[in-house]
Amino acid sequence: MTRIDTTFARLRAEGKKAFVAYIMAGDPDVETSLAVMQGMPGAGVDIIELGMPFTDPMADGPTVQLAGQRALEGGQTLAKTLDMVRAFREGDSETPIVMMGYYNPIYSRGVDVFLAEAKAAGIDGLIVVDLPPEEDDELCLPAQAAGLNFIRLATPTTDAKRLPKVLQNTSGFVYYVSITGITGAAAPQPADVAPDVARIKAATDLPVIVGFGITTPDAARGIAGIADGCVVGSAIVKEIGAGKPVAEVLAGIAALAAGAHAA
Amino acid sequence: MPDDLINSYMTGPDEQGRFGMFGGRFVSETLMPLILDLEARYEFAKTDPDFWAEMDWLWKHYVGRPSPLYYAERLTRHLGGAKIYMKRDELNHTGAHKINNVLGQIILARRMGKTRIIAETGAGQHGVATATVCAKFGLKCVVYMGAHDVERQAPNVFRMRLLGAEVVPVTSGRGTLKDAMNDALRDWVTNVRDTFYCIGTVAGPHPYPAMVRDFQSIIGKEVRWQLAEQEGEGRLPDTVIAAIGGGSNAMGLFYPFLDDPSVNIIGVEAGGKGVDDRMQHCASLTGGRPGVLHGNRTYLLQDPDGQILEGFSISAGLDYPGIGPEHAWLHDTKRAQYVSITDAEALEAFQLSCALEGIIPALEPSHALAHVMKIAPTLPADHIIVMNMCGRGDKDIFTVAKHLGFDMKI
Ligand SMILES: Cc1ncc(COP(=O)(O)O)c(C=O)c1O
Repeated sequence: MTRIDTTFARLRAEGKKAFVAYIMAGDPDVETSLAVMQGMPGAGVDIIELGMPFTDPMADGPTVQLAGQRALEGGQTLAKTLDMVRAFREGDSETPIVMMGYYNPIYSRGVDVFLAEAKAAGIDGLIVVDLPPEEDDELCLPAQAAGLNFIRLATPTTDAKRLPKVLQNTSGFVYYVSITGITGAAAPQPADVAPDVARIKAATDLPVIVGFGITTPDAARGIAGIADGCVVGSAIVKEIGAGKPVAEVLAGIAALAAGAHAA
Repeated sequence: MPDDLINSYMTGPDEQGRFGMFGGRFVSETLMPLILDLEARYEFAKTDPDFWAEMDWLWKHYVGRPSPLYYAERLTRHLGGAKIYMKRDELNHTGAHKINNVLGQIILARRMGKTRIIAETGAGQHGVATATVCAKFGLKCVVYMGAHDVERQAPNVFRMRLLGAEVVPVTSGRGTLKDAMNDALRDWVTNVRDTFYCIGTVAGPHPYPAMVRDFQSIIGKEVRWQLAEQEGEGRLPDTVIAAIGGGSNAMGLFYPFLDDPSVNIIGVEAGGKGVDDRMQHCASLTGGRPGVLHGNRTYLLQDPDGQILEGFSISAGLDYPGIGPEHAWLHDTKRAQYVSITDAEALEAFQLSCALEGIIPALEPSHALAHVMKIAPTLPADHIIVMNMCGRGDKDIFTVAKHLGFDMKI
């Protein structure tokens, strides 16, 4: 059982949906993003998704792209991101942390070295956008062997024939990307997403979390209502990018969390 | 794979889309089903005589193939060594080799029922070729081009617009070719149902590197029979040389000779201001290390943390921090040799070709020619070099004028 599994078990017992929130590590600097991260559990975040900046984020819209650029310009590295996680873990040993990003910085570090470091730092799971099931030998299988969840994205193009392959080596939860598009794109209607979520849930016992395009507490409630929870990213990153003080960013996160938890 | 275990260099990629450890399918789940579908459709088309009949007809009547294999007599005499042939792909419709591949992909797109074509472009040659073929077939065309390249390749931007394409200047990242490719991939992820991504080089996720290579291989296949025609039955080139951005014109020339051990194969990367730790070059093989970008594993210019670095070259078409995965494999197995040529050397070759052969080359093949200038004098007169003159220089005259201090304002 990872912290992710424990969290979902607790939420299920409480009859609550999960609220997952994304920020970019080191955006705009380590101090600010660490302060936001430390405030997230208190604001109602059940699972923290921590972005690893990459120069070429092919699946991200302008908001997350710019966050990554700010972080990299501020000198963020994979090592500094893991330092952030260690600092966070000094005050919080329960909230699950999922690292999200692209494969090259991990590959460059070396898969085995990275997995050992990530596990030791207190990471619980990985979402690596450019590693489909066809490339499971690269990181997915070694990560599971190292005791980390490997969380896969399912998308509207993942048809019935392909779904079992996508679910096969997934653990922790399934992240359903509700639109064909990049992060920060327009939000889908809950009623349009519901059949897809039902289709995935029929094929797995893992929780299904829905993300992409959710920007308001109402939307968070709507989407969480038809799944096991929802993810908000760009809407939070946008506030950080606008230079809002940490307290204001956290107030926004709390409102989104309240939306999801009201579902 | 050690050399002696390889009995053919022409069987790749494997089922995972790998050439040795290189290549693969490193894309988001949204794109994965599309790529598998494309692979299936391509596998079918590859053995479908109707597909190749259509290609051959268009290659002949629309592109003007076969392109001549031209003995560069004055250049040969000037360099005083090896006998130099130029494969004249710069005479193709639209002025470069890019259209060889575009035709194949667009015919495939039409067979797949796609109505909207997207492409990335650096020098603008692939963008122009794509816009051209889309105009011919009445398809909607959107071309992503780095904002910096929009500026330095202005004539090609206008050409694409004349041809009815929408040119999107890309300002994300640093606004270069790799960012244009990122934005094209973002477009594709968003418009998966009606859109076909026409990649301009032997990079990207499987099956693109193999598919683009197969379409470009017409270059090397023609060289085989053309050289035999001029030099006698069975005569193969001793050395084949081509410039490398992503590596498509080079793969096109090299591929049909991979299993002829007597043929030396040399790829020429852009050395920019010199391949050293200032990193002002685009020589992925000589100055990079393996990594994963744009759907495949290959050699990349990157920092110690795996962040991708910008390339630097006078030639917009070579300005890419990666290289096709098959080249990475040919490099590691040592079947091919890779060298680099600086901006200054390429400019010198550019001028020599104009002066001695009356051929204004693109800056990309000028790199290949610059390496010919280095090695030809050291080789005997019966050594035959074939270099790929893969593009004409019309698009580059403004850049060259600037570097030579010539005022273009009339
Ligand atoms: C004339 C010419 N040659 C070469 C290239 C580089 O591409 P590749 O290495 O794929 O042939 C380009 C790219 O735009 C080009 O226009």
